[in-house]
Parts: sequence; structure tokens; C-alpha cells
Amino acid sequence: MTTRMFGEPIQRREDPRLVSGDGRYLDDLGQDALAAAFVRSPYAHARVTDVDVTDALDVDGLVAVYTYEDLDGRVAEPLPLLIPHPSLHAPRTGYPLANGIVRHVGEPVAMVVAVDRYVAEDVASLIRVTYEQLPVVVGIAAALRADAAVHEDVADNVAAHLVQEVGDARAAIDAAPHRLHLDLDIERSASTPLEGKGVYARWDPADRSLRVYSSTQTSTSVRFAVAAKLGIPVDRVEVVTPDVGGGFGVKIVHPWPEEVLVPWAAIRLGRPVKWTEDRREHFISSAHERAQTHAVDVGFDDDGRLHGLSVTFAHDNGAYTPYGIIAPIITSTQLLGPYKPGAYRVEFRSVYTNTVQVTPYRGAGRPQGVFVMERTMDAIARYLDLDRTVVRERNFIQPDEMPYDQGMIFQDGRPLIYDSGDYPAALDKLKKLIGWDDFAAYRDQARAEGRRVGIGIGCYVEGTGVGPYEGAYVRVETDGTVVVATGLTTQGQGHETVFAQVAAAVLGVPVEAVTVVTGDTRRFRYAVGTFASRAAVLSGNAVALAARKVRAKALRIAGEALEVDPRDLEVTDGVVHVRGTPQAQIALKTVAVLANPLRYAFDAEAARATQFAVGGSLDKPPVADDDEPGLEATDYYSPLRSTFADGMHAAIVETDPETAEITVLRYAVVHDCGRLINPRIVDGQIHGGVAQGVGGALYERLVYDDAGQLLNASFMDFLMPYASEVPVVEIDHLETPSPLNPLGVKGAGEAGVIPGAAVLASAIEDAEGIPITRMPISPSELWEARREGRR
Amino acid sequence: MHEVSVTVNGVLRSATVPARRLLSDFLRHDLGCTGTHVGCEHGVCGACTVLLDGEPVRSCLLFAVSVDGAQLTTVEGCRAPDGGLGPVQRAFHECHGLQCGYCTPGFITTVTAYLRDHPDPTEEQAREAIGGNLCRCTGYQNIVASVLRAAAIQRGEA
Repeated sequence: MTTRMFGEPIQRREDPRLVSGDGRYLDDLGQDALAAAFVRSPYAHARVTDVDVTDALDVDGLVAVYTYEDLDGRVAEPLPLLIPHPSLHAPRTGYPLANGIVRHVGEPVAMVVAVDRYVAEDVASLIRVTYEQLPVVVGIAAALRADAAVHEDVADNVAAHLVQEVGDARAAIDAAPHRLHLDLDIERSASTPLEGKGVYARWDPADRSLRVYSSTQTSTSVRFAVAAKLGIPVDRVEVVTPDVGGGFGVKIVHPWPEEVLVPWAAIRLGRPVKWTEDRREHFISSAHERAQTHAVDVGFDDDGRLHGLSVTFAHDNGAYTPYGIIAPIITSTQLLGPYKPGAYRVEFRSVYTNTVQVTPYRGAGRPQGVFVMERTMDAIARYLDLDRTVVRERNFIQPDEMPYDQGMIFQDGRPLIYDSGDYPAALDKLKKLIGWDDFAAYRDQARAEGRRVGIGIGCYVEGTGVGPYEGAYVRVETDGTVVVATGLTTQGQGHETVFAQVAAAVLGVPVEAVTVVTGDTRRFRYAVGTFASRAAVLSGNAVALAARKVRAKALRIAGEALEVDPRDLEVTDGVVHVRGTPQAQIALKTVAVLANPLRYAFDAEAARATQFAVGGSLDKPPVADDDEPGLEATDYYSPLRSTFADGMHAAIVETDPETAEITVLRYAVVHDCGRLINPRIVDGQIHGGVAQGVGGALYERLVYDDAGQLLNASFMDFLMPYASEVPVVEIDHLETPSPLNPLGVKGAGEAGVIPGAAVLASAIEDAEGIPITRMPISPSELWEARREGRR
Repeated sequence: MHEVSVTVNGVLRSATVPARRLLSDFLRHDLGCTGTHVGCEHGVCGACTVLLDGEPVRSCLLFAVSVDGAQLTTVEGCRAPDGGLGPVQRAFHECHGLQCGYCTPGFITTVTAYLRDHPDPTEEQAREAIGGNLCRCTGYQNIVASVLRAAAIQRGEA
């Protein structure tokens, strides 16, 4: 019998192949393809004065070497600015291969194609590039000082400058009974999926068509971008996303230099070409995020209620701005969290540095914004000697104030209006889950044992499910199976499972009957991509809408066949039957046969739909004017504006009085992403997000020296947490449906990572009694902070 | 060039490769066993872990020529005798111990070897057992649960 599919924690459909070694990731494809490797700049800022390939040409197995001079047409132009914004007054993007100047270590200078990767790297090492070094800009302070410029024509290094203000924040702060100023910094980190990027391209000269496989978060947009760059009709380009070994944001950027050059070379050479990014390449030539410095002024009253908030911050965008200023816009808007800030003014500058470009990494500007707001809340509580949860509670937007308009413009260009949420209820759950009110006793007990413990809290609101749209295609086959296709891609979120659950629930079929295809432009051509916790909201609702159309058509055809009113029909376990009269029934697969009037019988099922088998009126055509053959439908979901999920985390940490080692003893999460499609998968998303949040708070940072060398571009030195560093996550859910979409869902992909730095800073500060204003924090930094605190 | 012969998941396989061919590349590109994944190529992430004469090794840190004649087990060889999911694979599926699945083959081989020697681990021991493998998706919580579940399955407590 059909179980309730929507909302059930069923096991994932994709797992059997992935646990068996039968997944197909980018580098598993094209075993006979030529291999590409790149010569990358060893300098952070330099003029390329000569590229000498003389020694390289003798290597056995070399097929081709390309430099900028070899590029033609639009391939020789800068890569696209994906998201223009009026405040991004000086956008700059790189070239597929450096055009005379390199602006970060790792920028590609030459491309080598050879029989295999070993040979390609041999050749790359023999290409002699002469560089004339230029002054290097590293760090936000140096960028703003502007002693040197990353781009010759952007003398102040400022790419963008944006101010948003609601009310007169400065006046409100001046008039407030109390005022505080805080300086708060977050350092660089990166998505760091276990699988790097990769591209594999095949050109079919007879068909004049191109097939590109890419480990991307957006196959449809890669298709348009590659077609435009290479000057090929879009109709002759297909982009397929195979299994992808994690994305976390970095793979939404496109087209990467390699996504242009690999297909370009495959066409020129008439042979398949593949490039698989190695770990060092990923560190020095993909994208990073997070580095921002913030100055906060806040005015509040005796109760801790905000009267005015003013935040000025600088965002390090690295050498280029292909993804526009999405991350700092998100910081500036999502900083507000679940609170009413009083009057609010936010101003940011996005600045160039000679480092890897900055594009969204899971959370995308929110971890910084939440860190800023939550540090401010803690500072107010300390100043007024109030419980930290009390200050938060007093500033919460209340459930009866929803929908709540923050009066700003969000990252999608639409108003920042929260759709729903119950923040007091979430806080109540969190306090119970972590035992907030009992912590004082625990602290006293620990203190008596010579131990130092602290508790911290962090609240956030996350705009999810941004538009413009996603679509879905649903078809019932004549064997009763259901095919679902949606254009956005999958990097481990379990889309094959959750979209199958949605379709199964609407159609009344077993989930096992449904197969789901994502990220393949042969199967679905119009889509945006997987980012911003949007897949469940956008494609989930599109699948539901398309499946509803299919269901309606099935009931109409079944009604005709059974000679009953379709409104009396329902579908259970793949069988359409009259409600209350199960004997009057017709299998959905038979309906699928009848939906496609046939002349030719290719099998026994099809014979039932041929012209002498089907009865029906002779006064009507076999397919009505307003109908189409087949039991299938396509539909799109385009939201009015974003949904807003929320959550609150609390952690208990212990800090070693001697060594300053920081241990997370407990980590609790209350999470509200609206209705849950699959609680097991949502919990998994939270677990993984928290691990990245803990990593970002305590371990992960990308360290550049003054010459612009990335000092820790390996897993030896960039400290991603192992199992020993990640706490057990205790989760409680709240389900406040979104009123904006048919399923009532919000997104869950990024949630877990967002408040990590804020929560752990709060807990460490509580344990230590000294202000924590920079994250991540290492034991040695905490030790230094203690020394400074004693002074 | 050197002829290298190894027994992979019970089948004798050989190929002629240069001395510098990494075992990971040999398995993936010369023998077509693409279940073994490469995450860092410097022995830190553990995605490329295979069993060499029963013991877990990082195949990205070994040359294929150095294992000539060895018995290798990859994730493809961790299946049940009937070709269905093996106990560790089944446990990862049941416990949602994977998301993108890229690191998973290294965990499955590592856990397979661990449970052979430690059939009844505590939760703390299970966490320690996977302490040398990186996963960027799961936060490890469900992987720890998978180790415990796999142990239970192997003990016949399915």
C-alpha cells in the first residue's frame, strides 16, 4: 500500500550506486580523452612578458599548447560578469588564459593538451614563462590603503560601494540611551568539495554538435555560456552534469576558464579532451569566500531594545568579480536576522586584492552577517547585565507581525519581506534542548573541578528559494513507471529521492516507481541552478505542479474510460479508482497507454491504444484540439520572492585553562525550513553544515603572505575537520509552512553553517570572559587574547 | 614501462604502465575501477583508500609497480557475495552515511577492514576508526552511526 511519501524519512534512492562504486563522476568519464593541464602563475601580480615553449615541444605525447595569443573570437574576451549590479561600478573578470597580466597566484597562463595527465604536466613544467612582477595587494587594509592597484584602471581598488538605509540610523543611535561600537572580522575560507572541478568535452564533427560534461551547479547556464563563447548554436550544445562530489557554492560560478577552453580545444583538435582539477589547483584557481571586516555602531535602551544600527564593512572580493556582489549584499541584508533593528544603515565596499576571486560558499555572506549581529546582541547583554536570550527575545519580530517587511532590497532584487516564522517558539525549544537555564549550575560544578566552560547562542534568518524559476517534466510511462526531470543539478542533496517523494505523493504511485533526472540539458533545458537553498523550493514545487497536471489528465482519461466523474476518482498505488468503490478501477499505466492514441502496436500494451481497439466518439479527433498525446506535463514554479527559513543554534564549549585548546562539548540546533519533505535528508544537511560552521569557527582559514602566496593550499595545512573535531549535533525542528509556495517548504541546504562562528564566539567569550571579535580562533590566538585581556 | 599484475576484488588484472603511475590512477584509468576516488593526491583525505592484502592504504601514495602481485580490494569488492550491497554499504545506505558520495568509497574500504578486526566497537571507537578520512558533506555523525550499524549487521543483528 502507498505510504505517506511527503514528509517521510525514506532512504535515499541514489545511495545503492554511490556506495557500490557505481557513481559516475567527471573523471570517471572519457577514459580515452586527451588530458589538459594548465601552466598557472606563481606570482600574485605580474606582467607576462614571454611564454617560451621550445623545450616543451619535444615531449612525446604532446598534442597542443595554447596561450592567450591562440585564442580567437569571444574566447579571447574576458569571462562574463554573471550578475551585474548598479553599485558594482568597476567590475572586472579574468580571461580564459591571462592576457598580459596575472592578478593572483594560480591564474592560468597556458593550456597543454597531451595523451594523458602525466605527460600534460611534464609539458607544463617545461614551458618557461617570463614575468615582470608588479606590486601586490593582499588583505582588506592594503586594498583600502591603495598604495598599489590590482587593476590599473581601478586606482582605489574599490569594485563596488553600496549603501542601504531604513530610517535615520545615525540619528537614532545618537538619541539612544546607550551606545556601543564593535569591530568584528571574519577570515577567508572556501567551499572545498572533496571532488574538484572538471570538464570533459566531445565534439561530433559529422553532427556538428558538442557534448560537455562538467562538475557544475548549473548545467543549463553552462550550456548557454559555452554556446555564446564558442559561437555555436545553442541547439548544437548539450551539457550534462554527472554525479558531483560536492559543490557548496564554488561550482555555481561559470563558465570557468576550463569550461570554455576544454570544449574549444576539443573542437579544434577534433578529439575528446578532459581536464580534472587537482587539489592545489582548486585552492589557487577556483574561488574563496568569507573575508570581511566590519565596524558596528548600535544604539539601544535600558531593556536592550535596538533603536538604531549602523554597520560599515569591507568585503575582499579577490582579483575578479564574476559573481558580482552577491555575498556582501547578503551580509548587509541577512545581518538583520530575526530582529527589528530600529533604524538601520549598512554600507559596504567590495575591494580588489591579488588573491583568488571570491564567490559564494555555503552560507554566502550570512555567516559574517550573523556573526556581526549576534556579537552585537551579546555585547548589549553584557553591557546591560541581561541574559543573552532575553535581549534577543525583546528584539524578535513576533509571529503576528508576519509577513514582515525589513524595508530593504534582497539579493534577488526583490523586497526583503519575511514570509513566516515563529522566533519566540524556536528560542523556547532551543533553551530546552541545550538546557540554557540549567547552565549556571553546570558552570559552577565545572569551575569547582578546575574546568572552564561556556555557553553560546546564535540566531539567523536565511532567505532561501530565490527565483527566478525552476521547471519540471513528469511523465507516466506505459509500464507504470514515472520519469521526472528537472534542470537544476545535484551535488549530494538527495534530489533523486525528495523529488521522487513529491511526484509519488501527488500522483499516488510508489516512490520506487519514480526516477529523477537532474542537471542534464538533454532532458530539461530551462533552469537556473542549485544554490541559495533553492532546490526543494523551486524544483520541488515545479515537480508538484507538473505532477498535478499529469494527475488531472490521468483522472480525466480514467473518468472517460470508467464512465465516471473524474472528481470521484483517486489514485492509490498506481491505480485510479472510484472513491469508495475500489472495484471500478484502471491502472495508471493503462491510462498512460490510452493517453497516446496509436496506429502501430509495438507491444501488447500499445495494442490497446491502436485505432481499431479504442472506441470513443467519431465526432472528435483522437487528440482533442486542447490536448496533447502522452501522459506527461511540464510546469514551472516562479516565486513572488524568497522564502525565509530560520534557526537558532547553541553550543557548550570547554577551554583549557593552560593550553587554550577549545572543545565543543555540545551543539544544539533548532531549525525551521517550513514543511519537511524528508526529515532524514534535512538532518543530514544540518549535520554537514554544522561541521563546516565548526571548521570555519575553529580551524579553517586561507593564509596569504604579503607576496600573495597562499601558504596552506593543501589538505595538510588547510584544516578541514575530521570526525574527531565535529560534535554530535542535537536537532529539533519547527515546521512553519511558507505561505508563498504550494508545498509550504523553505530551503535547508545552507542552514547548518550559518551561525557557526557566531555561536562558538559567544560560547568562548562566555567561558573566557574576554571579548571575541575575530573568527576563526585557534588555541594560540585565544592564548594571545587572554594575555591581552589581562593587560 | 612495466607490466603490473594485481588481483583486484578476486580477479587477476594486469596492465603495462610507467614506473611513476600511481596506484590510484592505475586502478581508475588503466583497470577502469573508477569507484576508487582521488580527493587530494597527498594522502590526507582518504577517498582513495583501498585494501592492500587486507590492510587499508592510500592508493594515491603508492606506485602501481610497487604492489605487483598484491591482492587489492576496492569499494566495488565490498559487495555481498550475491552482488547486492555488502554489510558496510548497506549500513551507509540505511544510516544516510553519505551525501555526494565522493569520499564514500574510502570510508567503506576503511570501515570494512576495521570491522574485520573490531567486530563490536563502541561509538567512540567507531568515531576513532574513521578519524583519518575527510568528508565535507555529512559532518560524520551518520558515518559513525553507519559503522555501528555495519557492525550489528555483520554480527547478524540485522
